[in-house]
Amino acid sequence: MARINGIDLPKNKRGEIALTYIYGIGRSSAKKILLQAGVDKDVKVKDWDDDQTTAIRNAISSTYKVEGELRSEVQLNIKRLMDIGCYRGIRHRLGLPVRGQSTKNNARTRKGKKKTVANKKKATK
Amino acid sequence: MSRSLKKGPYIDFNLERKVLQMNDNGKKSVIKTWARASMISPDFVGHTIAVHNGNKFIPVYVTENMVGHKLGEFSPTRNFRGHAGKKNKKK
Repeated sequence: MARINGIDLPKNKRGEIALTYIYGIGRSSAKKILLQAGVDKDVKVKDWDDDQTTAIRNAISSTYKVEGELRSEVQLNIKRLMDIGCYRGIRHRLGLPVRGQSTKNNARTRKGKKKTVANKKKATK
Repeated sequence: MSRSLKKGPYIDFNLERKVLQMNDNGKKSVIKTWARASMISPDFVGHTIAVHNGNKFIPVYVTENMVGHKLGEFSPTRNFRGHAGKKNKKK
């Protein structure tokens, strides 16, 4: 059972894919990690032996910030923006898009589920 | 798109001159400026700069964390007070 950074990797997937289950590792960094650890990227997780698992673990901890550490870093960056009161920080506080997207329609990812306004005037033709 | 590194940061010449002058004299006063696009350089830390937002000057006290941001980011140009009729509902 390969357990890396507190995350159980799926046994039946190829190493390259399985590593992306870790927060902060995508396809390209997964490839680099496996290359550095000297493990073929097509070998499934269940076929890794202990040495390989250790090598992968070392490769990750030496170069990448993952999981909790990365999450807290992201949160700190957002907090910094909010504390200095700049435009991006204000948008984070309001829960609106930060990068200049239009908010007349859509933007539902940031705004959350639609809040229906009662008695809103309908456009008359 | 971000600015070319070759050019270096854009810092408003007159604003920088005034700030450096104040640093030399050890004086501190509010500087009014329209240079919203100017980057905040490390020299600005501790000064208060009044940044125009198209209507009036918003005083911005520059702290260390703000270095590298632009002055306009701290002086919002739009002031959204909420939708009409929403106030009564919240009460």
